[in-house]
Amino acid sequence: MTETFVLYSNIAVYSAMAIYTIAFIMFTLDLARRSAAVAAPAEVGSTTRAGQLGSTALLEKVDAPPAVAAKGPRYLRAAFALTVFGWALHVGAAIFRGVAAGRVPWANMFEFTLTATALIVGVFLLVQVWQDLRFLGSFVVGFALIALGVATTNFYVDVIPLPPALQSAWLVIHVFVASLGTGFFALGAALSIVQLLQARRAAGKAVGLRFLDTLPGADKLENLAYRLIVVGFVLWTFTLIAGAVWAERAWGRYWGWDTKEVWTFIIWTIFAGYIHARATRGWRGSRSAWLAIIGFGAVVFNFTVVNLFFKGLHAYSGL
Amino acid sequence: MTDSSRPSDHYDSSSSNTGDKIVQPRLGVVGYLRFFWRMLTSMRTALFLLLLLAIAAIPGSLVPQVSSDPNGVIQYKANNPDVAPILENLQVFTTYSSVWFSAIYLLLFVSLIGCVIPRTKHHFDALRARPPKTPANLARLEGFTSQGSAADAEASIAAGRQVLKRLGYRTELYTTGGSPSVSAERGYLRETGNLVFHSALIGVLVAVGLGGGFGYTGQRVVVEGYALSNSLASYDSFNPGRFFTDAALQPFSVALDTFVPTYEEDLTSKALGQVLDYTANVTTMVPGGQPEESTIKVNEPLAIAGTQVYLLGNGYAPVITVRDPDGNVVFSQPTAFLPQDANLFSLGIVKIPDGLEEQIGIRALFYPTAVLTDLGTLASSYPDLVNPQLTMEVYTGDLGLDNGQGSNAYALDTDSLTEIAGRAADAPTIKLGLGDSIDLPNGLGSVELTAIPRFASLDVHHDPAQGWVLLFAILVLAGLVTSLFIPRRRMWIKAVNGADGAVTLEYAGLARGDDPGLNAAVAEIAAKHLDHIGHKVES
Ligand code: HEM
Repeated sequence: MTETFVLYSNIAVYSAMAIYTIAFIMFTLDLARRSAAVAAPAEVGSTTRAGQLGSTALLEKVDAPPAVAAKGPRYLRAAFALTVFGWALHVGAAIFRGVAAGRVPWANMFEFTLTATALIVGVFLLVQVWQDLRFLGSFVVGFALIALGVATTNFYVDVIPLPPALQSAWLVIHVFVASLGTGFFALGAALSIVQLLQARRAAGKAVGLRFLDTLPGADKLENLAYRLIVVGFVLWTFTLIAGAVWAERAWGRYWGWDTKEVWTFIIWTIFAGYIHARATRGWRGSRSAWLAIIGFGAVVFNFTVVNLFFKGLHAYSGL
Repeated sequence: MTDSSRPSDHYDSSSSNTGDKIVQPRLGVVGYLRFFWRMLTSMRTALFLLLLLAIAAIPGSLVPQVSSDPNGVIQYKANNPDVAPILENLQVFTTYSSVWFSAIYLLLFVSLIGCVIPRTKHHFDALRARPPKTPANLARLEGFTSQGSAADAEASIAAGRQVLKRLGYRTELYTTGGSPSVSAERGYLRETGNLVFHSALIGVLVAVGLGGGFGYTGQRVVVEGYALSNSLASYDSFNPGRFFTDAALQPFSVALDTFVPTYEEDLTSKALGQVLDYTANVTTMVPGGQPEESTIKVNEPLAIAGTQVYLLGNGYAPVITVRDPDGNVVFSQPTAFLPQDANLFSLGIVKIPDGLEEQIGIRALFYPTAVLTDLGTLASSYPDLVNPQLTMEVYTGDLGLDNGQGSNAYALDTDSLTEIAGRAADAPTIKLGLGDSIDLPNGLGSVELTAIPRFASLDVHHDPAQGWVLLFAILVLAGLVTSLFIPRRRMWIKAVNGADGAVTLEYAGLARGDDPGLNAAVAEIAAKHLDHIGHKVES
């Protein structure tokens, strides 16, 4: 029985990856098409640059350039639909894995990656209800693809029972919320990267990415990033507290500066810094964007390098 | 929007802050102190210290720490003899209690306190203050909407007040330039949440400090049939807090009756031999109480007398009996063996200074399920007792136990000893199954593997402030959610009397901080209000 479900799960992962690959290409083609669309009416670029300097009214207009709206984002819609489909398979893979193991599918590196990437893509899909952030598709789907690729080739382990330390309701809560928070941080970082590009372009530095003209301006991107990151920050704060409660149960102390604890703390502090930076004169804009990117970099580092190469109590990678 | 509740370099505070700049010539001692204090409590300093704290935490994750991995530190020092002394001097092995790390977080918290106190005071005032006067020109504010109306000006403002009140706003009526208006404010909870958040951080720090200071941890290896009693003498190792006194040791005892591991037994499973569960069955006693049976599991510590008892490790503690040539028992007790792998291949040291003609030391290896490897050596293939084998190398000579220095019970320094049984000796390594007995070389006597009980290593942890830490942590989270997601808004409805007697209703709002929903909120209030006064809203 277990074997069958593991097989289903693996088939689903590989199928999801195949579909994500096509979606990634479509998302990228969409960006290319945007560049082409912008190239025709060359004036749009200069209008935007002027708009960046202050007037919000102009900025608003940039959000929906008529040239693009008219053509209709065909690639974009296809890419998005494929992502939804790939995501359904991806979630299916995680569920089959969980059924095979008879527990939540996040007890080793392979399973963490499988589930966390599903959550990252899930947050990306869900956020569209609130804001059209489909232009981040290449980033999010590309990231998920790389992570899944590494997980299936380098992290794969067979289903084995949970060691006693992981037999706890906190495994369900703590790890799930951390992964969900990672989803928000990922989108925040993606927006911050685009924000930096926009800011460079607005400052007159040549950035050879013409599709930027079709995206929101730096200020708007910064606000969007901020709103996603504060959600991530709340989830991360919860993760930190839940982790301490669990550590108290399992290891006999709520905080012991174990390597994983240290990095969770570092990430929390960076994002607290980010939120402060947004409230500090002179630190809004590109500086705070860099903090968001560094923060997400630390999240990825915590999940990969710290899990695999640092010695500590969190030795659950299964590798 | 000027706001004295914020540090002067907050992006929301007025930018014409020339008044904040210190005028150089008049800097006396007080001036310098004030200048320094302003600096310390500025947003920029808080940000700088936060980022510095993040960076300062890194080295402790790269280098083993005395607190979490003492053996790792010893290893590291042995492997890196050049760097280790430098790191030692820089307190990198104790990063999180080092002078520099402590300095950063203490400064951060001083800054935090300096920031929170004036803001709290300001917030209390704001809570009692009336919503601010309606600005003369609403058109310059967010979400401005206006609508001609046939309703009476005073009456529609009264109605507007009701609408706003129902939405949780605090309201105040004003008349400016002959136009009646209602000024409303809501979301004081946002600032309350922010202050709770920052204050609770201080609470966490203080509670952690007090708990660590007055608490203690103790470790003890307990063999089945034996007990741990909560007294200094009973522990193998003990770490008291700075303010610890013996009075903190509540007298109680925990006897380990049986230790029951469950392993994956399915021979076809890839996980054969994996641990599924550990259960320590114990009997506890508190003074004046009855013995009580209980269990300790990995995620389920035992709570007793305000103290937590955790199950952190386990293994085998073979009972080795040594007799002199006449058959008198000179040694017979369980020795905890340190597990070396998942199948509990374990290593143990036995030292017998008295009773035999010579002092003997034994280095023993234990295989719960012994199998012969291709190399001809023994290994353990399963953690349970299927085919237990004990092998021993025996040494004679001075064990060095009389020199007054404590010696490591888990190590045998063989430099000054002579091997009498084992690879380097004439007699071969001694091999024993359960119940076997064998004569020692040189007519010294005999050894027997009498029994193979298990041991559990128990951690006793007393932290009187642990509950407080949790409480403050929950307040941190609650304050954070409140302050990030409750919008703080001001709203105005104004009825402007036109020259022709017609009334124009004006709506506008103002937000503090990020408030993506402000425009929608103004529109909603306008719609509700117009609906309320029976106005037909044409689209
Ligand atoms: C242990 C150090 C600190 C941490 C971890 C921290 C963390 C945070 C976090 C997470 C927020 C956003 C949530 C909220 O609004 O409640 C925040 C906001 C804020 N903090 Fe801190 N903080 C610290 C120290 C300070 C200090 C020293 C100051 C004073 C300079 C300060 C002033 C503020 C202010 C004014 C806000 C509101 C920001 C806004 O208007 O958006 N904080 N802090």
